[in-house]
Amino acid sequence: MPSARPLSRPRHRARRRERASALLTAARTPRGAIGLTMAAVVVLAAVIGPLVAPQPATALVTLAFGKPSGQFWLGGDYLGRDVLSRVLDGGWVLLVMAVCATAIGIAGGALAGVSAAYLRGVSDGIIMRSADVILSFPQVVFALLLLSLLGPKLWLITLTVGVSHAPQVARVLRAATLDVSERDFVRAAELQGMRPGKVMVKEILPNLVSPLMVETGLRLTYSITIFAGLAFLGFGQAPPAATWGTMIYENRIGLSQNPWAVIVPAALIALLTIGINTYTDAFARVAIGADRRPEEAALIGNLGQELGG
Amino acid sequence: MAVVADPSTVAAGVRVGNPIARLVRRRLAFGVLTLFLVSVVVFVATEVLPGNAAFAILGRNASPVRVRALENQLHLNRGLFDQYWTWISGLFEGRLGNSLVNSQSVWSLVEPRLVNSAILVLVTGVIGSFLGVALGAFAALRKDGWFDRISSVVLLAATSLPEFVVAIGLIILLATVVFHVLPGVSLLAPGTYAWSEPQLLILPVATLVIVIVPYTMRMMRAAMIEALESDYVEMAQLKGVPEWRIVLVHALPNAIAPTIQVIGLGFLYLAGGIVIVENVFNFPGIGQGLVEAVNGRDIPTIQFIVVVLAAFYVVMNILTDVIALLATPRRRIAR
Repeated sequence: MPSARPLSRPRHRARRRERASALLTAARTPRGAIGLTMAAVVVLAAVIGPLVAPQPATALVTLAFGKPSGQFWLGGDYLGRDVLSRVLDGGWVLLVMAVCATAIGIAGGALAGVSAAYLRGVSDGIIMRSADVILSFPQVVFALLLLSLLGPKLWLITLTVGVSHAPQVARVLRAATLDVSERDFVRAAELQGMRPGKVMVKEILPNLVSPLMVETGLRLTYSITIFAGLAFLGFGQAPPAATWGTMIYENRIGLSQNPWAVIVPAALIALLTIGINTYTDAFARVAIGADRRPEEAALIGNLGQELGG
Repeated sequence: MAVVADPSTVAAGVRVGNPIARLVRRRLAFGVLTLFLVSVVVFVATEVLPGNAAFAILGRNASPVRVRALENQLHLNRGLFDQYWTWISGLFEGRLGNSLVNSQSVWSLVEPRLVNSAILVLVTGVIGSFLGVALGAFAALRKDGWFDRISSVVLLAATSLPEFVVAIGLIILLATVVFHVLPGVSLLAPGTYAWSEPQLLILPVATLVIVIVPYTMRMMRAAMIEALESDYVEMAQLKGVPEWRIVLVHALPNAIAPTIQVIGLGFLYLAGGIVIVENVFNFPGIGQGLVEAVNGRDIPTIQFIVVVLAAFYVVMNILTDVIALLATPRRRIAR
């Protein structure tokens, strides 16, 4: 065991450097740069927005669906509140929820997927069958089911969406782990008597960082989509608060009078999701070298295994 | 890639019995098991989780008499297994109970919605699949050409767009601000069928097609490129097989198998996608019904719609796998 240490340390450090450089290289590709810029603009607006908003987000200051003017750049919403201020105020909760749900989904999914693939046998069966059960509910439906009785509480929405991400992450990582766990260095660690838990954390996980990061990008996009969608359906922050999803719902009846009250929040959500996804794609091309999403690769792989045996 | 005959998998593939029949049986067994667990999750989530559903419906300050009466109606005063059995056997025998909102039977409320949603899913799925396969194959044939390059950027943007943003975009473009050619929201009353006014289907279908086509198209493109670069296509080229025959007979069937799985995923996505899109367009399907039921805390209706959506999901999953297997040419060759 001690002899393995000096060998594995530099390897880990080199890997970490490689990974950081993959992130940077991705940001330097045209695709990555555009994606990162788009996402950064929206994140910046959402984060400093509440500090620079000209009006309180819930104050009735102008006409209902008032046209844009010098004082109210984006006009008024359905109650006569300042659209610009509400847009600036309405993003940060969405971002926080999306990050939390993604973290829950990635952590849970990685744990489940890696254990399933490495432990095999009964554990694999139990983990993946439970994943199938959660997967049988469309994510929005799963969230609605739990919200129907417990009420639209923000932590609950976040937790539900996080949990509903986990099975998908688990599937992708299970496929990736099956690949890695056949390699020589894993066998070597096992022969040295390393415990399964340690093998997974020390030997397998460091080799899964790239697919894990791609998954993180994808899940972040989906989280934003789902949270904005739920807010649009009326399951988000309670009414007077501003959220982009809710704003689109509230103001769509006034589309012909003041379309900006709908267009701007919709455009911000679109910019954010497209930005994150584009950067994720650029990263996947650099780090994995594949012109293909891991989920797509996993599909091809799964089918191959199914056919082969 | 591993799809195309790596010798070790071929050797492992030789086994006793018909592998497809075995796989179908296994899938079916797991499907039934999954459905059972799904029903348990739905049951637990709606009837057991926060103590008492009767309080959740009536509110904290409900009078004890009303709570007792509702508990009776929902069978909450019985044992858990008894409750589950009453519910699940009712589901099989078509006794779905009455809506808690207007005490009509759940089936009479949900049936027209089911039909409308089924039409929406079917029309979208068929249009989306054909479009995705055709465009994906075209992009692969002209790999790195102008169509491929432009479409890869557009697709990337399209796969990241939330469905209600697409929907709102279409409403702004076609129904309100820019042009005014289509109805933006459906005025169909709940309980009527979509075929009485087919133009109301256009925007919801267009939205969902825009959302699912990119996935199918990307997958088709990737699988098609892989097939075109394979040994058997090279072999066919060396033999002098005409280009169109290589594409249609050699490459396409092999590319379609993995794509069918993504088409299946598209249908699976629709089970959730309709919830949001139906609500944007006020389309009277089960997605809109679900949100209405959640708002009204109409538990029997929620249970039924969620079980229907989950069952659709499980059945589609099995169907997709089986069709994808049957569509794999090398499976048809007896070994």
